Amino acid sequence: MIKLDSKIPDGNIAEKWTNHKFNLKLVNPANKRKYNIIVIGTGLAGASAAASLGELGYNVTAITYHDSARRAHSISAQGGINAAKNYQNDGDSVYRLFYDTVKGGDYRAREANVYRLAEVSGNIIDQCVAQGVPFAREYGGLLDNRSFGGAQVSRTFYARGQTGQQLLLGAYSALARQVNAGTVKLYTRREMLDIVVIDGMARGVVARNMVTGEIENYTGNAVILTTGGYANVFFLSTNAMMCNATAIWRAHKKGALFANPCFTQIHPTCLPLHGESQSKLTLMSESLRNDGRIWVSKLKGDMREPNDIPEEERDYFLERKYPSYGNLSPRDISSRSAKEVIDEGRGAKGQEAVYLDFEDAIKRLGRKAIEEKYGNLFEIYQTITGEDPYKVPMKIYPAPHYTMGGLWVDYNLMSTIPGLFVLGEANFSDHGANRLGASALMQGLADGYFVIPYTIGDYLATQKFPSVTTGHENFKMVDQEISETAEKLLSIKGKHTVDEIHKKLGRIMWHKVGMSRNAKGLAEAIEEIKELRKLFWQDVIVTGNGEELNQTLERAGRVADYLELGELMAVDALHREESCGGHFREEYQTEDGEAKRDDENFRYVAAWEFAGESKWKLTKEPLEFEYVKLSQRSYK
Amino acid sequence: MSGNNLNLKLKIWKQKGPNTAGSFVNYDVSVSPDASFLEMLDELNDRLERNNEEPVSFESDCREGICGTCGLVINGLPHGPIPKIATCQLHMRNFKDGDTIYIEPFRAKAFPVIKDLIVDRSGLDRVIEAGGYVSVNTGSAVDANAIPISKDVASEAFDAAACIGCGACVAACKNGSAMLFVSAKVSHLALLPQGYPERFKRVEAMVKVMDELGFGACTNTYVCEAECPKGISVKNIARMNREFINAKIKSKTVEV
Repeated sequence: MIKLDSKIPDGNIAEKWTNHKFNLKLVNPANKRKYNIIVIGTGLAGASAAASLGELGYNVTAITYHDSARRAHSISAQGGINAAKNYQNDGDSVYRLFYDTVKGGDYRAREANVYRLAEVSGNIIDQCVAQGVPFAREYGGLLDNRSFGGAQVSRTFYARGQTGQQLLLGAYSALARQVNAGTVKLYTRREMLDIVVIDGMARGVVARNMVTGEIENYTGNAVILTTGGYANVFFLSTNAMMCNATAIWRAHKKGALFANPCFTQIHPTCLPLHGESQSKLTLMSESLRNDGRIWVSKLKGDMREPNDIPEEERDYFLERKYPSYGNLSPRDISSRSAKEVIDEGRGAKGQEAVYLDFEDAIKRLGRKAIEEKYGNLFEIYQTITGEDPYKVPMKIYPAPHYTMGGLWVDYNLMSTIPGLFVLGEANFSDHGANRLGASALMQGLADGYFVIPYTIGDYLATQKFPSVTTGHENFKMVDQEISETAEKLLSIKGKHTVDEIHKKLGRIMWHKVGMSRNAKGLAEAIEEIKELRKLFWQDVIVTGNGEELNQTLERAGRVADYLELGELMAVDALHREESCGGHFREEYQTEDGEAKRDDENFRYVAAWEFAGESKWKLTKEPLEFEYVKLSQRSYK
Repeated sequence: MSGNNLNLKLKIWKQKGPNTAGSFVNYDVSVSPDASFLEMLDELNDRLERNNEEPVSFESDCREGICGTCGLVINGLPHGPIPKIATCQLHMRNFKDGDTIYIEPFRAKAFPVIKDLIVDRSGLDRVIEAGGYVSVNTGSAVDANAIPISKDVASEAFDAAACIGCGACVAACKNGSAMLFVSAKVSHLALLPQGYPERFKRVEAMVKVMDELGFGACTNTYVCEAECPKGISVKNIARMNREFINAKIKSKTVEV
């Protein structure tokens, strides 16, 4: 059994990071270029890490499956990025951002990590502005803020509805600068398929060249995974088509513990389904809830057009249930409330949707002001649905969006495999059981710009690295495993397409491991996933061959991993006999239907160790709360 | 549902690799008008895979019009017939039952075909690497509010920064010019005080690499702006030309 050491520094929470930085060993500037660091993924966490490490003088190898480092799904984040700048003079502070994040995560995150996140949040904004990120500004030329769910202060910085794009392009430009400087070697159109562990340390990765099909080996002194989350296990999610869990899953199978896999976030404001061919779900930024009001009819099965339903027959259910946070209640609570009213048969025109209405805001602020704030979001909505949200309320529905779970990391962001670091959404560290809006961008950039440049130095400075080449037998072994898996997938030639099986998995996950879960459903899900996995390996069809660009083979590999990860998510959800944040177990709720935590028995991080097919060993990392008082979250 | 479906004839460009000849292949599809264009191709590919036939290779990722990965020439137009959207945002309700649709890759000298509808646009990254950034190391930034920037300037910089790097401007241009793409980045950074110190060096370096990579010259047809999914303005090209001339006059680092 692995013993988890979170390496949380001693001392007062406000001084932990400062003291820790002082105690970390440094690598002499002249020696930095002797170390090779492999970064997988070039989203916010990856690009910022690769660029910052390159600037420090390390030799960095950056690998992405995209054709360009500018495409990662961080780019789709719309609403904004939180930072405790308190520019608005409305009572914000590092401590309040820390407090809100721990509370928003329903007390299932590490206090020390979250405090550090809040502490560096201001530096992120400074850095991005210096790179030329065109944040929204006031007429006086200073930065503007808006509010997001789970907070009563305005601390969210934004760039119209394209904040993620602008932040990623900032990090991408910093990365491009290092590519030009020669400190970063960038390999595009490569998909990492495994890590290579030698003498107990992560010493390299194996990737498939997606154009030629060649299996390529890369050696390094450390490997950093910044490969995002796994919400595509649901097939339909707001994640991009290529987002996948392969990198973290294969690292998991090589010994990295997977923490809190069942903590998934279902985002309340996405566009509803249009039909069977739907390939993904589109998010409408949470920032819309600043001005939009969410409602359904008070009547069951009300088929009237929304504009024909009079005010007194509308139920603004979030405002009714949570008067102090109203439409800006946290995501998990808002999503579940929407599901409740839809389950009661009160969905918009009988569909799986609720209304998000801007009529009042347009009356109050004028159409022009709304256009300025949300213009591009309204356009997206109209392009996809063909309806004009200035005239007819938007229809929205919750959708899988983000995964709080991920590879277990210590305070230095290192996994249980020495030398394997995990940043951004791919790790589990900062959001507990529910992430607050505008905090994903913050975490990705905090990890990449301001945490890993310090902590990786300590690891490199304190290890002895025997020389390793790609000729090492462990590389050869991994190469062979990968080739065999590809050959197997290509040779089955069965009846079911990869997408068809992925959709089936998605339906199991959505209905039984989704927004609300129960023991019976989870036990069924585990069996159904096993069956589906069997079907996949017996009867899937993958066309073409491995020595060429083959998108079907790429997807098959990813779905094979989802079919294992999905099971672990259900196992974790079944074992966690409490409700917290995004994990809602129907058996554990308060009288008024809120999540009921069990702090006595489940105040821990569940870290799972892979022990063979369908077998995992559970290790618990107890969570101590010295600063934030545990209480039932209340947004009423 | 299928009663309302559109029955379409697709003529899709198929090409094994950069050095092999390509041709159009015909496919018949029936698709819901609510589906997106790329979902139609997903359905087609699912059917082809089921029959162990080779699917059509095409790229897409976010399917929200922001990542810039997708890009098809549809009936001769990059990103299709509807202005100011990327291919992934095009929905089938914009087509009529019985339509024939030609689907081709983005074509340009600097964008060699990799396979079918996938092209290599990495030249755009090479141009950014030449100078499309502010040289500021992590940690050395001043407070974000230390330098006020007027709302109008920030907004204009944003308009230029909204480029998604899809390459539609290059594909639309008869010369295969990347001037709109390059000028958007030059403008974005030249407008902001943070980008000011390096403005001359930047424009010279980016233009030099752009020319080396085989992107064509700009002859002011403005088709790039017309086809740009983000509506990036050709005013940026004028601004870049001005920056470039200024650089040539003032810069001390120019090679002759």
